[in-house]
Amino acid sequence: MALKPAQKALGPIRRSFAPWLDPAAVPLIRFENVTKRFGDFTAVDDVSINIHQKEFFALLGPSGCGKTTLMRMLAGFEAPTSGRITLAGKDLAGVPPYRRPVNMMFQSYALFPHMTVAQNIGFGLRQESYAKSEIEARVTEMLRLVKLEGFGSRKPHQLSGGQRQRVALARSLAKKPKVLLLDEPLGALDKKLREETQFELMDLQQDLGLTFLIVTHDQEEAMTVADRIAVMNHGKLVQVATPGDIYEQPNCRYVADFIGDINILEAKVASVQGGAARLAVQDPTAEISVAVSEAAPASGADVAFAVRPEKMRIALEPPPEGAANVLKGEVWDIAYFGDWTKFLVKLDGSEKIVRVSRANMARTEAAPISWDDKVHVWFAPDAGVLLTG
Amino acid sequence: MRKGLSSVNLVALTFGFAFLYLPIVLLVIYSFNASQLVTVWGGFSTRWYVSLFHNEQLLEAAWVTVRVGILSATVATVLGTLAAVTLVRMGRFPGRTLFSGMVYAPLVMPEVITGLSMLLLFVAIGLDRGFFTLALAHITFSMCFVAVVVQSRLISFDQSLEEAALDLGCPPFKTFIVITLPIILPAIVSGWMLAFTLSIDDLVISQFTTGPGATTLPMRIYSSVRLGVKPEINAVCTILIAIVTTGVIIASIATKRAENERAKAERAAAAGR
Repeated sequence: MALKPAQKALGPIRRSFAPWLDPAAVPLIRFENVTKRFGDFTAVDDVSINIHQKEFFALLGPSGCGKTTLMRMLAGFEAPTSGRITLAGKDLAGVPPYRRPVNMMFQSYALFPHMTVAQNIGFGLRQESYAKSEIEARVTEMLRLVKLEGFGSRKPHQLSGGQRQRVALARSLAKKPKVLLLDEPLGALDKKLREETQFELMDLQQDLGLTFLIVTHDQEEAMTVADRIAVMNHGKLVQVATPGDIYEQPNCRYVADFIGDINILEAKVASVQGGAARLAVQDPTAEISVAVSEAAPASGADVAFAVRPEKMRIALEPPPEGAANVLKGEVWDIAYFGDWTKFLVKLDGSEKIVRVSRANMARTEAAPISWDDKVHVWFAPDAGVLLTG
Repeated sequence: MRKGLSSVNLVALTFGFAFLYLPIVLLVIYSFNASQLVTVWGGFSTRWYVSLFHNEQLLEAAWVTVRVGILSATVATVLGTLAAVTLVRMGRFPGRTLFSGMVYAPLVMPEVITGLSMLLLFVAIGLDRGFFTLALAHITFSMCFVAVVVQSRLISFDQSLEEAALDLGCPPFKTFIVITLPIILPAIVSGWMLAFTLSIDDLVISQFTTGPGATTLPMRIYSSVRLGVKPEINAVCTILIAIVTTGVIIASIATKRAENERAKAERAAAAGR
């Protein structure tokens, strides 16, 4: 296993990595129509996912959406009610957790309180027939990997939350599992440490060449670390795609709404011509033109047009001649984030509020947009997506 | 708001403690009485403690008590721990409510009834009463106390610890031995202490289930008091009180320490965030 160098001039560049696009690629993990019921409650409902080797895959959804249950079925703590899970072509049914080549990092870290850090990390190795010197060498290596040299003889309660998280990570990596499962691994860390650790996780996954499966409810975390994200809701798989596609091409209202901030305008399709459609927005009454793919809905269909705040422009003066989709309104509220400012604009002739964000590229402005200002809001035809589901 | 003892509280506290402990304090004081007469103070002396150690009958009874106590506490701890693990870890199984009810029934069962029913059982199956039946009876009634103590610890036990061990390749039984057992050990130890303490001061159930040659200390004391209280008895009782008190204190310190450890770990976790 390659060790992470202590100092790196540049982080590893994420090369174009998309085995899921290759029809000949054989996935490492397959969930095939997996369903899990607890009594009357269906925790996981007919989920099929393929996860490829060396992929960093995220299961994302609100709490209770079944993502943790899905992961626990892979670890062997729950058995599917129906369906099949295979790992490297082998059906995992009936294989107990202690015989599966996957290791898990628990949300609570689950460090053994009566053992030292070194004993915790070496625990998995001691279950196999490794020589003592081999185990020691490996524990030292893992301690270095997570930058905890010199902490080997401490007990878990003598560590900070961030250090415990590292011990838990080291322990789950010590056996070189085929797949590392991470159950909300960074939930207990504060924001700064979490961001730092996210990048470290990505580096680690790249350097070790392992397959990571992370469960999280934090969409930013999923977007940061994962190659692909599976969005789940009520036990069902809603969309599986790269972070970029999830954000820019949500396949339904749920995904659009769950990931990031978005404005949704209810509309009827007025006409479709080539790659463009005219939409009759209902509230406020307006007509907008949007770009559509070939699989566009027919005229008269009820649709929703979803556009992200940062893809809309806002200005006091009217937009340049020829700008499409101009709406007028009044600034209702302003949220200043430092790097961005988000304007909540109440559209004229409606109670509808749209969110428009703008990067603060200059430190001061001659005529800043302020509360109650009359503003123009506009967006390009290809700024948003048409949602039918 | 003033947080201290008001005069009302102080009076209540004094009376409460007096009510509870005055008889015991009197007994301890009179165990150092030089006089033959139990109720007349004749100066300080340890002569009754000395004569106690020459009283073969009492020493014999004390030895029986200790042996029964150790044997029954040990077996009760094993059985009580198993019962607790079953109740907490097995989840729902048919008859679980009945099982948990039956485990705890001896807690509230009148001792006379427990004793009598055991006696009937031993007679019915033709078991000769003596040391063995005494130990069996003690195991029966102290097991549930162990189960209660261990169960409360198991409930607060993070189950993901066991899952983590399984996940790292440790089979279930070994996981129980190397992970679960060390963590719940303080509760098991205090369960043992509790069972031992209960065993050495039991009188009612012992009366029903004992036989010739297996007279425990409380039984010996009771029977000699019927023939008139000798100051020697005071000395025995004082020693008994000392042992029981030590046992209870050790048990509660062990529990407290385990709790503190846990609280400390939790605080450290919170601080490290």
